[in-house]
Amino acid sequence: MWEPSSSVLSGSVTSSAILDRFRQGDLDAFEALFREHQRAVYGWILRIVREPAAAEDLTVESFLRMHRACARFDPGRSFGPWARRVATRLALDWLRSRPPECELDEAGAALPTAPVADPGVAAEIRLKTAQAMARLPPRLRIAAVLSLVEDQPHKEIAAALGISVTAAKLRVFRAIRLLRKDLERQGITP
Amino acid sequence: MTAYDDEGIKNLLKQALPPAATDAEPARDLWPDVLHRLDAESSPTAALPRSSSRTLPWFDWALIAGLIAFAVVFPAAIPMFLYYL
Repeated sequence: MWEPSSSVLSGSVTSSAILDRFRQGDLDAFEALFREHQRAVYGWILRIVREPAAAEDLTVESFLRMHRACARFDPGRSFGPWARRVATRLALDWLRSRPPECELDEAGAALPTAPVADPGVAAEIRLKTAQAMARLPPRLRIAAVLSLVEDQPHKEIAAALGISVTAAKLRVFRAIRLLRKDLERQGITP
Repeated sequence: MTAYDDEGIKNLLKQALPPAATDAEPARDLWPDVLHRLDAESSPTAALPRSSSRTLPWFDWALIAGLIAFAVVFPAAIPMFLYYL
């Protein structure tokens, strides 16, 4: 899933000269990086926050943070994973700042999605599942969304969250356990 | 918990929260927004809200009021405060 963006995020496209200039605060280099990574960063944030307008704002904020921190960027490393980590941190803060009911009101309303909705699954069950998801602590929810909904590998999730692969797996496991308990309380047995 | 159980949860989640489209992109060019914010940050006066003095939290106002009241009641303490400032 999401191969094209992943290849961009690997940083292989960005030349080291641009990264060097970015590190020195060069605005043209920053714009080049922005143009190259904007879509990937936006797509990654959208997967987490699931709200296009918020994803746009957070994309802008992410790049501003990268610009502020340009001196700390190591040009020997890839820009993409660093950008993704900055974006993930901001998206997590955004999730933490919102009460779960806000997300339920707006979740998926304008989100461009892949066609997977099965008419056989009752709308009520879908709503209860979304509610259970929204009640998860943000740090578990982010891991669960990326792993279970977006099919991102644990390695990618771990890198984005700045944690070990084992910790990422553990968060997904704990999220599943909490979701299962919550759904069973509501009379749904997955 | 088995992998089979996880698949059940996974399927439910995918029905409740469909995965975002892989080719999703912003509805507009975000670079002008970034430039605008950079400009605002580079000029400190522009970055400050115009009514910044009115947006002080209540406890700051309470502290100021307390200090003024203290100075009125104990004016002799003012030189001591000035000495320590």
